Parts: sequence; structure tokens; C-alpha cells
Amino acid sequence: MRFPILGVGLMLLASAAAANDLPELTVMTYDSFVADWGPGPAVEEAFEKTCECDLKFVSAGDGAALLARIRLEGTRSETDVVLGLDTNLTAEAASTGLFAPHGLGVPEFDLPVAWDDDTFLPYDWGYFAFVHETALQPAPGSLRDLADSDLQVVIQDPRSSTPGLGLLLWAKAAFGDDAPAFWSDMADNIVTVTPGWSEAYGMFLEGEADMVLSYTTSPAYHLIAEGDDSKKAASFAEGHYMQIEVAGKLAATDQPELADRFLRFMMSDGFQNIIPTTNWMYPAVVPETGLPEGYETLIEPKASLLFSAKEAQSLRGAALDEWLTALSQ
Amino acid sequence: MLNLDDIGFARNGFRLTADFQVPGPGITAVIGPSGGGKSTLLSLIAGFETPDAGRILVNNQDITADPPGDRPVAILFQDNNLFPHLDVLANVALGESPRVRPTPATLARSKDALSRVGLEGAEHRHPRDLSGGQQSRAALARILLTDRPVVLMDEAFSALGPALRTDMLELVKTLLPNATILMVTHDPEDAKRIADHVIFVDGGTVEAPVETDDFFANPHDALARYLT
Amino acid sequence: MADRAQPIGPGGAFGVAVAAAIPFVILVTTGAILWVAEPGEGLGGADLAALRFTLWQALLSALISVSLAVPVARALARQVFWGRNLLVTLLGAPFLLPVIVAIFGLLAVFGRGGVLNAALTGLGLEPVSIYGLHGVVLAHVFFNLPLATRLILQGWQDIPSERFRLAATLGMDARAVNRHLEHPMLRQVVPSATLVIFVLCTTSFAVALTLGGGPKATTVELAIYQAVRFEFDLSRAAMLSLVQLMITVVVALLALRLVRQAGFRPGIDRQRRRWDGGTGIIRAQDGVVLTGVTVFLLLPITLVLLRGVAEIPGLPGVVWASALRSLGVALCSTILVVVMSVAMSVAATRLGRFSRWVETAGLMAVAASPLVLGTGLFVLVHPIIDPGRLALPVTALVNALVTLPFALRAILPACKTIEDDFGRLATSLNLTGWARLRLLVLPRLRRPIWFSAGLAAALSMGDLGVIALFADPDGATLPLQVYRLMGAYRMDDAAGASVLLLLLSFTLFWVFDRRARDVEP
Repeated sequence: MRFPILGVGLMLLASAAAANDLPELTVMTYDSFVADWGPGPAVEEAFEKTCECDLKFVSAGDGAALLARIRLEGTRSETDVVLGLDTNLTAEAASTGLFAPHGLGVPEFDLPVAWDDDTFLPYDWGYFAFVHETALQPAPGSLRDLADSDLQVVIQDPRSSTPGLGLLLWAKAAFGDDAPAFWSDMADNIVTVTPGWSEAYGMFLEGEADMVLSYTTSPAYHLIAEGDDSKKAASFAEGHYMQIEVAGKLAATDQPELADRFLRFMMSDGFQNIIPTTNWMYPAVVPETGLPEGYETLIEPKASLLFSAKEAQSLRGAALDEWLTALSQ
Repeated sequence: MLNLDDIGFARNGFRLTADFQVPGPGITAVIGPSGGGKSTLLSLIAGFETPDAGRILVNNQDITADPPGDRPVAILFQDNNLFPHLDVLANVALGESPRVRPTPATLARSKDALSRVGLEGAEHRHPRDLSGGQQSRAALARILLTDRPVVLMDEAFSALGPALRTDMLELVKTLLPNATILMVTHDPEDAKRIADHVIFVDGGTVEAPVETDDFFANPHDALARYLT
Repeated sequence: MADRAQPIGPGGAFGVAVAAAIPFVILVTTGAILWVAEPGEGLGGADLAALRFTLWQALLSALISVSLAVPVARALARQVFWGRNLLVTLLGAPFLLPVIVAIFGLLAVFGRGGVLNAALTGLGLEPVSIYGLHGVVLAHVFFNLPLATRLILQGWQDIPSERFRLAATLGMDARAVNRHLEHPMLRQVVPSATLVIFVLCTTSFAVALTLGGGPKATTVELAIYQAVRFEFDLSRAAMLSLVQLMITVVVALLALRLVRQAGFRPGIDRQRRRWDGGTGIIRAQDGVVLTGVTVFLLLPITLVLLRGVAEIPGLPGVVWASALRSLGVALCSTILVVVMSVAMSVAATRLGRFSRWVETAGLMAVAASPLVLGTGLFVLVHPIIDPGRLALPVTALVNALVTLPFALRAILPACKTIEDDFGRLATSLNLTGWARLRLLVLPRLRRPIWFSAGLAAALSMGDLGVIALFADPDGATLPLQVYRLMGAYRMDDAAGASVLLLLLSFTLFWVFDRRARDVEP
């Protein structure tokens, strides 16, 4: 037993000793961002070409896990930039006092809504949507239609998943105080609730459900990466709830200038070009070359629904209780 | 010489008292009804149990506080006298030293002991490949190598047939002429045949040893009840 | 055996230290969370409901797994047929499956689009739904039946062959054998096997949620997720974990009281053969049991294999790198488990009647919420060292802790038997310390040690074991890579990587388990 542990110890020492002289920027993000198929590797390469620095990613689960981790680390955090929160989390993140204003003025974004947050900057966005096989005809035309139909869907649990929370707020934005009635009607359409997006999407692909809660951009993956046009997102009359993914600089960063450079880089083509075909979301600033071929086939929601960060924070507790009550009957 | 000096012992409602001396080398049989305390007596001498009062002495040395392995006492059980995963030679060598790798000298003496019990050639066989009698001989070879002045036999050989058992007991007597042997047995005939003295144990009371002939010639009440 | 107190010795002291370290670490990590937590809202009605559901599904899963395992183990113990050893090994496979892979395997059989419903619809019958409490229990039985079978089968093998010879000469039929030989053994083996499975099922999270069909199936671990992620109410998370832990400890101590020493004396190690499996009815009955369980356990795995095996050659290089990393982690875990479980078993044997405390300590490592444990560990470690650097060692350690109860279940009784049978002889030969371990304990423990090593290696290959807070972006293990592939829409690659994971786990288990079975009995 001694030797493997000793070996690990030596490896730790060796990697500590190998630290180079370049300034290091630590960006904390969710796990799928740093995966070899995510944007992480390309972003690292692109930024390091220009920054004379060493960009280091630290990963922690998903968006909500990121926030929990930052709160745990507090002001002792080594992290300079947090990338991967969404607007359902930013109010809470801001209230921790751990984040610093970005100080980059009011940059221009290609978002369906105005952006004036002085702490967090968006890097990509998307609409939640129910994805189905093109063969499913007719697809429901609204959340209400879906609830009234016999279709079987897989959704994610809002307590453990970001899209799950998105659907919770989607229903709240669409139905307001009538959301509990919607959930009661939905109960018999829900095959099951999964802990995360991956399980739900996988189950849908394996034929366990007619539809799955995902994004309007999901069919773009199948089309662009696999040449498969058999997936489609249903366009709903109530409009679609948005997810805007953002990054912010920590107040305790020891690399404030480098962090600012990274945030500026994040809004530039060098970063934004990478997003559509790795994170499969809309770029926050459409690059000069435009969106990749295939994105034009995606549905465009009639209305964009989004609560402000503050509203989202104040609504979600009650919305969760309604959801739990309706689905536990 | 084995001396139990005013021993008192109590466990789970069972009490045992013993105060006796076994003089010099020779075989002393321990007989008495089941549950009377024979095995407990051996456990106390071997050191598996510690008396609440009194002292145990071997050749005037107080061993009461010594752990079992340090006592000048060797023991043969009814079964499980050999480790099934070790070959016969390794089992015997353990009698001299509990080393992971026995020295060549130990191995030579072990082989010698095996030939004295008539098991030459069986060095590298495993216990499962031996007959009951051969297993007893291998265990006896280890006792020879242990070379301790007191040897306890807790119904050893009781699994063997009468003829084989008698042979083994004769072998013990021949090979261990200088040891003080305490032999628990259920068969008074064994005692008559082989023992110089007999100790009667009943109801937690250990009586002092009596010469075998006297013992069987003049049985007192409890003994007479046991013998019939 | 009521011998005089044995000296605990340095080996035993080490074991006691290991056993004591587990509750100590759990309490310190939970304490660390409470230390940083702001006052929260305390436990509410929803938490109690989660606790009730958690315990109920765990109890059902454990009872059903064990009741099914008894006939399976009995059939395996008394029937001799071609391929028996292979079947015994194969039946261990579900236990080694990563949770996510197992879920997809089960869905391929029992899901809406699974073969079962296809068959039912083909016959003009109503399809059945897997989702609900029954689905959760089904999945837990699928996972744990193999383990229960192995533990009970080992109990059967520990009955000395002389007993069966005796039974045969007395002309005992199956019922008599059951009453005189098997029942006493089962009384010793069943309560602790049930207990281990019960405890394992209490921290179920993904299975319970995915197959439970909705928030009705909220387990304590999910409530802890909610507390940490949704409300950042760390004190509530810590309290939930403690409540669950305390219930487990109480249940464990009660259940282990039921375990009696069956008092089997060992034979002198002869090859065993059985004479009571002969009659036609018995053979037919065993055949039905074995066929049923084989289909139930192997069909989902076969479908997983078929789904992904063709994708393996095309897997990206990083997946292979992850596979190597996972192998390294698995081997470290294995060594840790073996050292810890042998030390704890030796200590437990010397502690006599306090031994169940040692075993309970082993169970606590599984009963504690992984999220709370990981978070607490993070709070403690973060100020000192970058947690990402500890990703692999922590993964190896956590995986080792998860396997510990099973290793203890296999090794501890064997250790007690050794002490009962040969303890006095060894003591009278002054066989102590290292020599006793080397000459008596380890050789007699080879079979359970190899078996535990196989379990540990395979489980730590497969177990996600990733405490998200300790993740190292460049050091992904194979299970994490499967998740990443799924998260990037690459379901085919994920299926291929799952099969690779499955094959590696199973190979590790097979290699070690073979050694266990090759040990001369």
C-alpha cells in the first residue's frame, strides 16, 4: 500500500515544482465545459495565445454546484473568474458579496433581452424546449397542449438540475398563479424525473419518452455533428423560458487585470466562435462569421420568457413547493 | 514438577478450585464427569484462562502471569492440532520457533522428530492427505521439538480407535520420558493402562493426584458413581 | 469463545484505529460543515417524508434481495453442472455496474421501449411501467441480489464438508439438511447480508430518483442535494446526514446482535461434494431458480453490451487515458480495502463482543451522505491544498470506504473462525504479531481476501465516486468520462465507454475472484 500512495505523493510534488513563471488565471466552471468535447480546451488554447498567461480550469459539477463551491471557499478562493452561472443563480451569487463589478461598461450583446447587470457578463444563451423525433406528429403547440395530451416526457429535477429549475420558472412565467394546475395536468405526462440533463436526454434517445426537456439548440447537435435531422424542438405558444449563462470576476482575485482581459476575450469572436458547436448554445455575441450552418433550421420562439435575477430568486422557493405538491399527489 | 497453589477461578457461574502438586516426570490422567472442570483445569495451566486467586508453578517457577506462548507448557488438542494450509514439516517446525522462515537447523531437527514418530517421507504432505493416526503423530513430532517440561493432552487421540489410541499413548510415553504429562481422558481404561497417577475432577473440585492402582482399588463415592 | 482477554497487539491496535477513524472523519467533516453553516431552518415535514421513503425502499430492497438470494445460493451450492463456476462469476456482474449503465440496461428490458413491453404488446397485453417504488426496488434487487447470493453462498461453502457427509450417511433429505445444517448457517449470514444491503440502499440517489418516477421518490440524499444546492442550507444538510447515520447505526447494532456464532467446526479441508441435490423435483426447482435469476441479471447486461460494444474501437484517446487512470485508482482502492478490512477484522476478533462496533464503523462509511462527506472534506482540505490535486487519492479512498462493508462481511467471519479453530494452538506455540498474521491468518484468509479484492477493484472502477468538489478537469476517471460524453450528446460514445468500463470492471473481478476460487479449500 505504501508505494502507490508514495507515488501519488511524488506526483503531487512534481506537479507543484513544475509550475512555470507565467501568471496564472484560474477559471472555475462546470464539468461539461472542460470536457474534451466541451469549449474548454479550445478556449484555453485561444486565450493563452494572446494573454502571456497560464489559463487553468477548475471544474465543479454544474452551475448550482459552482455557486455552492464558491460560497464554501469564500474569500480564500484561488479562483479569479467563475464561468457558468445562469440568471436563476446570479442574484444569490451577487448577494454573497464575493463577486466584483466587471467595470466594462454596458457591452453590446445579441440577446433577445436587454442586459444591464454590472457584475455578470453573458457568454451564451438558449431557450428551454421539449425535443422530440420529427416523426412525432402533430407535436404539441404549447405547454398547455402538452399537459392535455397523452405524450410521455422526461424532465429533470429542479433540486439537482439547472434545466429542471428552468422548467419550473418557465411554468411560472407562462401560467403565474395557475402553475399548480398546469403541474397537476402534467403529472400523468411525466414518465420520470431524472437527477440531471444527461440521464433525461439519454432516456429520450433510447426511446423511453416521446419528448425530453432540453434546449431549442439540441437538434443542431444532431444535425451538425451527426448529419441527423430527425430531432426537433417543439415551438410553444406561451413562449420559451431562456437560460443565459454568465461569468463574473471574484472580488478577491489576485489577477484583476488578467481576469478583465479574460472577460473581454469571452465576448470576442475568439471565444464566441467556439460556443455554438461545443456548448451547443447561442453565442452571446454573434461572431463576424455568423452562426454555423444548421442553426438556421432551429425554431425561433414567439416570445422570450425570463424573470429578472431578483424575481427568479424570490419565486423559486414557492415554485418548488408547488411542483413538489402537484407531483407528489 | 507442576504445582497448583490454592487456585480459585470463577466464570459464568462455574467455580473451580485446585490445590495440588504433580511430582516429577510421568503421565497423570485427569478423569471425571463432563462439565466437571477438566478442560478448564488444562486451560488454566496452558494460560488460556487466568485464575482469580492462587499461583501456578512449574519447577518452582511462578508462571501464573506468563502468556500461553511463554509457558514451559505444550498442549495437544482433541482436533485442529495442525494448520491445514501448512505442510507437515512447517507445522512441526513451529514447535521450535514461530518464525515465518524456519532456520535450516530447525528444519533438520523437525525432520528428525518426524522420523522418530514414524513419519519420515511425509514432510511435504498436507494434513488433509494424512490419516487420523498420522495427523496425531505429526502433532506429537511438534511436541517433541517444542521440548517443554509440561505437556497437556486435552482428549487428544480421542478420535482414534482404541488400538490406535493405545499405540499413540505408548509412543508418547516412550518419546517423552522426561515430561510431566497431564492427560484428560474419558476412558478409565486409558488411565489404567498408561498413567502413573490419576486426578479426579468433579463439580469444579480438583482432587490431588493418587497413584493409579490405589485410585482404582479404593474409589470413593463420587468416583464410584462415575466409574459405574 | 470466552477466553481470557487477548492482548490487542500492534496489529489489532491498527485495526481499532482504522475503525475509529471512520466515525471520527464523518463527525469531523459533518462538524466542519456545521461550523461554516449559517443557522438554517431545521428539518421539516418534507425531510421526514424523505427519511421515511428512504428507509422503506431500502428495507424492501434488502429483504427482497436476500429472500431471493437464499434459493439461488442454495441451488448453486448443491447442484453440480457444467459452467457452474462461470455462472457464479457472471452473476456477480450487476453489482459491478456503474449506476448509470445499470439504469440504461434495466430500461432496455423493463422500460417503455424495452423488450418486456415489446413482448407484452406483441401478446396483446397491457404494457407495464417500471417507474415507481417497485422500479426502485427492482433496480436495487438487480444490484444487490448478486452480492447477497455471493455472501450466502460463501456461508454454504463454510459449512464443513464433514457435515454434509454426515447428513448423507444419515440419509437426510433436503428438508433435514436445511433444518440441521443450512438454517443455523443462514441465521448467521442472513441478518448481516440484509443489513449491508439495507445500508447501501439508504444512500441511493440516481436510481431512486430516475426510476422512482418523480418527487414522491425523494430520498434523504436528494433532500441533501436540495439543501446544499437550492437553499445552501448546510446545517440542514448536515443534520439530515446525521439523522440518517444515527438510524443506520442503531439498525446495524440491533441487526448484528442477531448474528450468532453458528459454532461450525472446520474439517480438515477436503473437497466438498453434496448428496442432497439429487432428486428430480429438487433439480427441477433449482434449475428454474437458476434460469430465472440468470435471465433477470444477465439480460440487461447483455443489452448494454450489444448497444455499445461496436463503439469501442472508435472511442477517443482521452477515454482510454481515463480507463488507465481508473485502473490505477481501482488498484489503490483494492490495496486500501484489503489492508483496512484485514486490520479491522483482526481487531474485531480480538475485541470479542465489541466486534460489532467495528463492523458498524465499516457500515457508517457507506451510510454517511457522500455529498455531506465530500463537502465537509472540502471545507477541511481547501485551506491547505488545492482539492483538485487530491482528486484521485480521494476517489480511491472513497471507493475503498464504499467497499469496506462487503470486504468486512467476507473477511470478519472467516477471521473469527480461524481464531476459534486455531487461536489456542497458535497462542500455545507463541505465534504472535507478524508471524501469526503471516503463518496463520493470511493463508487461511486467502479466499475471502481475493474475493474482497475483486469486489473492491471492480467497484472502484465502476463507482462514480466523484465528489464533484474534488474534480480535476484533466484527471477524469472512466465513469466521469461516460458522464461527460453523455453531457456532450455523444450517447454512442458513452455507450461504448460504458461497455469498456463494464469489461474492465468485470475482468478485474474475474482475475481476482479466480484466485479466490483457486485457493485450495
